[in-house]
Amino acid sequence: MSHHRAIAASILPLRLEAAGYAVGGEPLLSDISLTVTAGRRLIVMGANGAGKSLLLRLCHGLIAPTSGRRVWADGTHRPEAQAMVFQRPVLLRRSVAANLDYPLALRGLSRSARRDSVARTLDRFGLAPMADRPARLLSGGEQQRLALARAWSMSPEVLFLDEPTSALDPSATRIIEEMIEGFSAEGITIVMTTHDLGQARRLAEDVAFLHRGRLIAHHPAANFFAGPTAPEARAFLAGDLVWS
Amino acid sequence: MTHTRRSTLLGFASGLAMLAALPASAQEFITVASTTSTENSGLFGHILPIFQQATGIEVRVVSQGTGQALETGRRGDADIVFVHARAQEEQFVAEGYGVQRFDVMYNDFVIVGPADDPAGVRATDSAAGAMAAIAAASAAFASRGDDSGTHSAEKRLWSAAGIAPAGEWYLSTGSGMGATLNTAAQVPAYALTDRGTWLSFQNRGPLEIVSEGDPVMFNPYGIILVNPERHAHVKAEQGQAFIDWIVSDAGQAAIASFTVGGEQLFFPSAQ
Amino acid sequence: MDGPFFTAIGLILGADAGLLQIIGLSLRVTLTAVLVACAIGLPLGAALALARFPGRGAVIVLFNALMGLPPVVAGLVVYLMLSRAGPFGDLALLFTPEAMILAQTVLILPIVVSLTRSVVEDIWAEYREQLQSLGASRLRAVPTLLWDGRVSLLTGVLAGFGRASAEVGAVLIVGGNIAGHTRTMTTAITLETSRGNLGLAVALGIILLTLTLTLNALAWGAGQWARSRLG
Repeated sequence: MSHHRAIAASILPLRLEAAGYAVGGEPLLSDISLTVTAGRRLIVMGANGAGKSLLLRLCHGLIAPTSGRRVWADGTHRPEAQAMVFQRPVLLRRSVAANLDYPLALRGLSRSARRDSVARTLDRFGLAPMADRPARLLSGGEQQRLALARAWSMSPEVLFLDEPTSALDPSATRIIEEMIEGFSAEGITIVMTTHDLGQARRLAEDVAFLHRGRLIAHHPAANFFAGPTAPEARAFLAGDLVWS
Repeated sequence: MTHTRRSTLLGFASGLAMLAALPASAQEFITVASTTSTENSGLFGHILPIFQQATGIEVRVVSQGTGQALETGRRGDADIVFVHARAQEEQFVAEGYGVQRFDVMYNDFVIVGPADDPAGVRATDSAAGAMAAIAAASAAFASRGDDSGTHSAEKRLWSAAGIAPAGEWYLSTGSGMGATLNTAAQVPAYALTDRGTWLSFQNRGPLEIVSEGDPVMFNPYGIILVNPERHAHVKAEQGQAFIDWIVSDAGQAAIASFTVGGEQLFFPSAQ
Repeated sequence: MDGPFFTAIGLILGADAGLLQIIGLSLRVTLTAVLVACAIGLPLGAALALARFPGRGAVIVLFNALMGLPPVVAGLVVYLMLSRAGPFGDLALLFTPEAMILAQTVLILPIVVSLTRSVVEDIWAEYREQLQSLGASRLRAVPTLLWDGRVSLLTGVLAGFGRASAEVGAVLIVGGNIAGHTRTMTTAITLETSRGNLGLAVALGIILLTLTLTLNALAWGAGQWARSRLG
């Protein structure tokens, strides 16, 4: 889809070099070196509190590393080449269509360009029938669908997803996973956290495993699920409770 | 961003426009600081239209207590003061805030009280005697307590009676004539009031006039142009026109023709 | 039947020109004051919610405290400013409707600022990461947050309107209660009370209450509609 071709040089791969994040002297992420490769689906796993969400925010630029470095391939970090979807979708108190329009207006697109883009997005994700409904009165699954559609409409090179289905029922989860696979097929790089092992097996091409703020393992998915070397990851896969 | 800045600017702009539009909208008018008693009686409603018809000058009356009205004149916020507290008026002129004081009219004060007259005021034959009877009986008395002309007159009566009023029976309301009469009607209490306010006052309850007619109860009104040498913006010409009119035969006749319930309230006294 | 209620109905049916003028002036003064207070207070409150600077806490406490400012004190301050002997005496604004608008704006502004800050802070806590992710700067976020808080903000604006339309102390001092010029519903009620015309005073009170009720009902309806339309 030409819609998603970046004109400028790609911002990927993204490299974290010994990146850490501390609050009040307490390290929440430590010494993380990681490369996010273009076009791949990277799933970040780990127990609650392991630092998965923070890692996503650090990559996306919502927080800055307090030690180490975050390096984008083109030397910048173009926010417009990235998008993020949160666990609980944050939708504006406006209609579905207005929610899709908002980020485009932020980017200074003309009214007619925005109208075309919104119409295309509504169509593609089956949201057209609810275009005029208040976004926050949609069901949880519809809200997350809209949040993903909004992210997609911004033509990101990389999409960060923080536990996007943890609050959804199985059928809504399946729809969201199909959307993510579709984005991936268009060439959008996916970085996503989940605590759902089954979802990780379905979606992962690469797996990064965090334990107590440290990156314990980063493998292609097949290798990881076949038997990771790190004992904490093995225990996690075995369904043992790994306290962080 | 643009929205915010725009709306802020709009707010300021409309505010400024409002301020700027003002002087232009002001027609020919003068501001008179007067007392609540004249306003409440309805006198101004009767005489001002006559003056405006004759001269085309609108008179805007701010009714306050005498003390506040004189302060308004002192600050230059009115062109004319029209009050009833002779000593303070003469001081106002002496201090250079006013040009000259003219007698305009007088009405008189009356003492009102409960119809059953617990202090036996009706049996007294002077205003000072009435006050002494009230104090002797420790009967409730509602005082303006607001430095108004009426309050000054009341204080003169107390000192003439040789009494420094104090105690639970002496109620200082710190409010206007009407509010004080409302209080007096409720308690019930005695009160000193100008006859004009009393005649047009509706909520009398058990109150009646219990003492009247003593010459010391006469209540003269004076009118003073605020000194343009103090406050250059004072509309001396139009203000003087109002003063000239009110002391003229036409003005004095207008005052005399004002009645409430068939009774004349104010008596012309211009020389 | 006789009584304040019937007096009120009689006044309204009679469509007395003087009464209409008083009602019109009251509405003009209060609505203008609300508009000016919103034009200043909405951006200011939002800025206070988003900005971090030394002394921010003190400013917030100050505006919260000013919500309890007695109207008479606000009136007195404006009076001293606008008096011929005061710093803005040359504007000749004392005893004009504009002075009353200014005094009421002073009364309403703290309500609008404080409520806006509180509403915008709550929405900002929820929207912050998402707006940052979408590429909105803090400054650009201000109109977004104000718009998305519009239903709650309306409550604050109504509270401001209520305070302004009900108060008498400030407008009496700076307006002077001049017949036909600066006499409002509330100063007319005060005057009629002092004349002992309690029935007429209550009748005017009933009319004032009816106006306030109507405006509040309209605003409430608009809020309900917005809630159902926009979530």
